[in-house]
Amino acid sequence: MAILSVKKLTKSFGGLTAVSNVNMELQEGELVGLIGPNGAGKTTVFNLLTGVYEPTAGTVTLTRNGKGKEIQGMKPFNICKAGMSRTFQNIRLFKDLTVLDNVRIAMHQNVKYGLASAFLHLPAYAKEEAQLVEKCMELLRIVHLDGKAGELASNLPYGEQRHLEIARALATDPVVLLLDEPAAGMNPAETAQLTELISWIRKNFQLTILLIEHDMSLVMKICERIYVLDYGMIIASGTPEEIKADKKVIEAYLGEDVNDA
Amino acid sequence: MKNMLQKRWLKTLLSLVAAYGVVQLLIAVGVINDYIQATIATICINMVLAVSLNLITGFTGQFSLGHAGFMSIGAYVCGIITVANPTLPGFLLGTLAGAVTAAVVGFLVGLPTLRLRGDYLAIATLGMSEIIRIVFLNMQITNGAAGLNGIPQFVNWTWMFLFTAGTILLIVNFLHSSHGRACISIREDEIAAEAMGINTTKYKVMSFTIGAFFAGVAGAMYASYFYFLKPDLFNFQKSVDILVIVVLGGMGSISGSIIAAVLLAVISTVLQSFPELRMVIYSLVLVIIMIFRPQGLMGSREISAALFRKWGEGLKRVFGKEKERV
Repeated sequence: MAILSVKKLTKSFGGLTAVSNVNMELQEGELVGLIGPNGAGKTTVFNLLTGVYEPTAGTVTLTRNGKGKEIQGMKPFNICKAGMSRTFQNIRLFKDLTVLDNVRIAMHQNVKYGLASAFLHLPAYAKEEAQLVEKCMELLRIVHLDGKAGELASNLPYGEQRHLEIARALATDPVVLLLDEPAAGMNPAETAQLTELISWIRKNFQLTILLIEHDMSLVMKICERIYVLDYGMIIASGTPEEIKADKKVIEAYLGEDVNDA
Repeated sequence: MKNMLQKRWLKTLLSLVAAYGVVQLLIAVGVINDYIQATIATICINMVLAVSLNLITGFTGQFSLGHAGFMSIGAYVCGIITVANPTLPGFLLGTLAGAVTAAVVGFLVGLPTLRLRGDYLAIATLGMSEIIRIVFLNMQITNGAAGLNGIPQFVNWTWMFLFTAGTILLIVNFLHSSHGRACISIREDEIAAEAMGINTTKYKVMSFTIGAFFAGVAGAMYASYFYFLKPDLFNFQKSVDILVIVVLGGMGSISGSIIAAVLLAVISTVLQSFPELRMVIYSLVLVIIMIFRPQGLMGSREISAALFRKWGEGLKRVFGKEKERV
């Protein structure tokens, strides 16, 4: 069953069409890669899916618990509530807050106690906050940050900040997770560890994941299918093997064949 | 967790009772005269103002220059009601009405203006507080520029203390709740907060409304203690004074706002004996503090047992070294 279905998604900034007629379909539990040369419009697609930009045309349908919902043009926080979460290419953690608070904030939409409890710290507050901390620590254990819950996010090394972003995205309880270059700036050992983590969370959280990545070793290793974007258009899609052999993809990345020049 | 919470409550309660008792005793003995009492009242009012503005500016990251406007609403509403009904319940009702009116105005003003960011929001809130001042200047019921006189004084040290401690406790509690954290996430990164499911507009307006409510409380305290109101008291200068306390204490630090409110009042009182140089020295102190602590006295940290331990270790290190040298 298609969890995320994107039809004819288009975005123009004035005269520039950054994304045009993008069609994508993610099945339940799939791990799909979105690749393309610099400036192809990958992050723009993410921003359209998560509501940072409003699409010029097209539809995005997200299915949760068997119920489909058109989410294009909705506010980012409502799209998040509908079940789509993301990480950012240029890390956007809440830097001056602790690791724990970063994850706790992402759980806010599930907090039930009201303003009276918040002001007076009534029993409902104590009970829910305790549960909240427990759930956050569980997530932090998964990304191996449970020992650093009290540290400021800005004090974490780069790789761990990326991990914290993933934990924070998971805290919103998504059905679809969008990862924007999670391995950017990581060394091969860190990338290997991240690859394992992504596979693990997909299996254990029953997530559908869409991943933007430049590190081909990671993309080819874990993605079941790949979409290739160039100049805002999908130029190819298929399994990693098919993509590797695709003439159009090679042209997009390496330029046109020497014989044509 | 529950036990810890109860312990923290007990500790807070004990220290509050102690603080109240000491001042009450000094008043009874006569060490604190009327003049010092007025200074203490000013400190309390400034604390409420600074802590509530800190919620908006320091914690939610929304730069507001209109806090005196909300204060004036609380002051006038409470003043008018207390004049009409000069009893303690009348005063309490006036305080509540003043605070709620300020909150309603804050909500109505916040809805459209909080879509603006940074400088634009500052200018919009500045304009709003000027409009409020002009309205009070031209109304019959507020007695215009001549001012509202003879408001019965109900606020003594006990009420001052209750209002101030209550405001600080409520705001600190709010900041330690999920709703408060949602506000803080807006300051940290608005785009990330939205992506994590936080309705940023809602929480900006909420923080603005709560801030306005407590500014209204501060206004009511002022009206009842100083029993005279005129629109000029709540001009742009007053908003800046409040902002100075917040920035000096540290944006995003409640203890910072409290310390700065006390410090500035003390400096101002001590300098009373040098009327010619008073404002010069006052400004110099501000400039010097801002040069050496641009993040404010406390930065975004709070005074806590852990912080004292850290300072203790630092002192030990410094003095330990000196001993070695000797």
